[in-house]
Amino acid sequence: MSNKIWIVARREYLSRVQKKSFILVTLLTPLGIALFSVLVGLIMSAGGNAEHNVVIKDDTGIIQKIAAEDKDFPYEFSSKAVSVLKEDYASLGYDVFVYVPALRDSATMRIAASYYSKEKPSLVLLESIESKLADQIEIYRMRKSNIDQKLLDSFKANISLENGAMDPNDLSGSAATGKLNIIIGTALGGIMGFMMYMVIFIYGSMVMRSVMEEKLSRIVEVMVSSVRPIQLMMGKLIGVGGVGLTQLAIWAVLIPILLIVVAAFLPGADPSQLSNMQTMSQVDQESFDGFSGQQIIAAIFNVKWWLILPVFIIFFLGGYFIYSSLFAAMGSAINEDMGEGQQLMLPIVLVVLIAFYMLFPVLSNPNGNLAVFASLFPLFSPIIMPARLAFDPPWWQIVLSIILMLATVWFFIWITSRIYRVGILMYGKKATIKEMIKWLRYSE
Amino acid sequence: MAILTLDKVTKRYKDFVAVDEVSFEVEPGTIFGMLGPNGAGKTSTIRIITTITGPDSGHVYFNGELLNKSHPSQMGYLPEERGLYKKMKVGEHLLYLAQLKGLSRHDAAKKCKIMLDRFEALDWWHKKVEELSKGMQQKIQFIATIVHDPVLLILDEPFTGLDPINSNMIQDEIYRLRDKGVSVLFSTHRMENVEEMCENIILINHGKNILMGNVKEIRNRFKENLFKVSYKGELPKVFSGGLELVKKEDNTATFRIPNHDNANHLLQFLITSGCEIKSFHEILPSINEIFISQVKGISHE
Repeated sequence: MSNKIWIVARREYLSRVQKKSFILVTLLTPLGIALFSVLVGLIMSAGGNAEHNVVIKDDTGIIQKIAAEDKDFPYEFSSKAVSVLKEDYASLGYDVFVYVPALRDSATMRIAASYYSKEKPSLVLLESIESKLADQIEIYRMRKSNIDQKLLDSFKANISLENGAMDPNDLSGSAATGKLNIIIGTALGGIMGFMMYMVIFIYGSMVMRSVMEEKLSRIVEVMVSSVRPIQLMMGKLIGVGGVGLTQLAIWAVLIPILLIVVAAFLPGADPSQLSNMQTMSQVDQESFDGFSGQQIIAAIFNVKWWLILPVFIIFFLGGYFIYSSLFAAMGSAINEDMGEGQQLMLPIVLVVLIAFYMLFPVLSNPNGNLAVFASLFPLFSPIIMPARLAFDPPWWQIVLSIILMLATVWFFIWITSRIYRVGILMYGKKATIKEMIKWLRYSE
Repeated sequence: MAILTLDKVTKRYKDFVAVDEVSFEVEPGTIFGMLGPNGAGKTSTIRIITTITGPDSGHVYFNGELLNKSHPSQMGYLPEERGLYKKMKVGEHLLYLAQLKGLSRHDAAKKCKIMLDRFEALDWWHKKVEELSKGMQQKIQFIATIVHDPVLLILDEPFTGLDPINSNMIQDEIYRLRDKGVSVLFSTHRMENVEEMCENIILINHGKNILMGNVKEIRNRFKENLFKVSYKGELPKVFSGGLELVKKEDNTATFRIPNHDNANHLLQFLITSGCEIKSFHEILPSINEIFISQVKGISHE
C-alpha cells in the first residue's frame, strides 16, 4: 500500500529533478540574486556619492558666521544679490541655490527659506540642507544664551532597552548584539515568511498543473486501476515536496556562497548592506549602523540554527501539504477551462495573501496577540511561525502550533483526497465549491 | 467456478442509475463481451469491478471471494480513455506501471523487455512516448495491461485507433492469453469483433441488463429462419407450404421458412422445380442486428 506511494513519489520527484528547466532555475536563481545584489550595490553607491553643489545666500548673518568655524560644512556661501543668484546659480556651477532671508526677530522658531533648482532635488538633500542650516542657528543661539555645548551634551541620556529575560551569563549578549539579534531575527523572519509564501504558490501550482494534466490526458484512468487515488495524490505531494526541499537545500548552500563571493569582489560595497538588501524585510538600512562586521557575523552565528532550521523544515512541509493538497483537489475538479481553475484558486490565494500581509505587523511585534494567534492558526502558521522563530517564542507555542498544523494536514489530506478521487474521473461537469462539497459525501 | 460474478450490482448517482441490477458471470479461460451503446453503464460497471468505485447494492465476487482492494492486482485493465506521460521514455514508463502493479523493479524490467520484444518494439525502449504514433502508444498501453500476468483482463474498446495489422497482433495476444487460461472481459460498442471473439455476451442499455448468453445461442434465438440460396436456372413462380421469398438478386435468393419447418423442404421444393443449387446456408442475425433491434426495442417502449 504505502509502497505504491513511494513508487509514485519517486517518479514525480525524478521526472522533475531531471528536467533541464529545473536544473536551470535552481542554478540560475542564486546567480540572479547575486547579480541583483551587485546591481543594487552599484546603484546604491552611485546614488550615495552624487555630489550637489549648493550655494547659500544668507541674509541672517548668523549661518555663514557659525559655519565658517566648521571645516566640514558642505555648502558654499555667496554675497551676490539674490536676484543675480536666482538667475545665474547654474552658470556659476551650482546645482541648488538656497536663499535664507533675514530673521524677523532673533528668537523666531519658524524660518522660511527658499530653494531654486533646475532639477528636482531629492528629499534627502533638502532635509540635509534644512538640518545643517538649523544646526548653525541653534549653535548661535546657545552661545548667545551662554549655554555650553558640552554642558548640553552632558544632559543627554541614552537608554538601551535589553531583553530582561536574556541569559545574564551569556557574554555574547552585550547591549549591542542583543539589539542586533532582533534586527537579524526580523530579517530572518522576513526571509522565512516570504520563502514560505513563495513555496506555497510555486509548488502548489506545480501540483495543481500536474493533477490537471493527468486528468485531461486520461493518464489517471490508467493509473487508478493499480493505484488508489489517495496513493496517487500522496505520491505526487511527497514527490513534488521533495523537489521543493531539494531546491531549497541547493539554494541554502549556493546563495550565501555567491553573496560572499560577490561581496568580496564588489569594490567598496558593505557586505552587511548587501545581505540585508535581498532580505526584502522592512529592516531599515541604517539599523546596521554602529555594528561592526564581526559583531554581525557573531550575531548570525548566535542565531539558534539548530532549532530554527528543523522547525522551519517542519513548517515548510506542513504549509506545503496543507496548501498543495488544496491545490491538488482544485486541479482534479478542473475541466479543460483554465478560467474555472482561477476562480477556484481565488479563496486559497486570498488566505495566503492575508497570512503574507500579517508578516509585517507580526515582525514589528513578534510576541504580540496577533503574532500568537496567527502562528497558532493552522492556515497562517506555516508562514507566520517561521517568521517568529528568531524571536524565541515560548516552547509551548511552537509545539502547539506544530500539533495544530499536523492535525490540519491530516484533515486536509483526508478532505481533499475525497474530492480528488471523484474529481479526477469526472468530466464535463462544471466544478464549483458546492459541487465539491457534494463529492465529499459520495461513497467509495 | 466463475472468475468474476456480478450479483444484482447497482450504482446510483444523484439523478440517475448508472448500473441497475446487473448480474453476469465470466467463466475462466473465456472471452466475455459486454456490449452496449455509449453511456449504457459499461464503464461504470468496470469501475466497480476494478474497485475504483463501490456498488450501492449488490455484490461482486472475484474467484469466489467477495471483491476487495487486493483483487485488482490480479486484473489487467485497459481503460477506454487512456493516456501516458508524454515526456517519459517508453521503457521507464512501462517499468513504472509494472511496478505499480506490484512487480519488483528487476522483474518488471525483465518482463517489459520480453513483452516489447513480442510486439516487435524493443527498440522503442529509449524513445519518448510523444515520439510514438497513437497506435504504438496503444501497444504500450496493452503491454502495461498484461505485464503482471493478470488472471482477468478487462479491455475497454481495445481496438479503437489501431490499424488492421496491429489489431490482429493484439487480437492474437488476447487469444494466446485466453488459451493460457486468462479470462477476458471485453467491453465495446463495436460488434465486428464480438461474434468472432466472444463466447458469451451481455447487452446493457440504460444500466440494465437486456440480453445475456452464449453468442451462438443468442444468434439462434433471434434467427428468423432465413436461408440463402444461390442457384442456376429459374425459380418457380409460386411457393407452397408457407415458403416466402424475401429477397431476390442475380442468382441468389433469400427465403423464410415457417417456424419448426425443416430446411430440407425448401431444398426439395427448389430441386424438384428444376433449379440447380450452387450453395445453401442459413442466415443468422449478426450480433450487430440483434444489438440494434434490442436497443431500439427498449428505448421505444
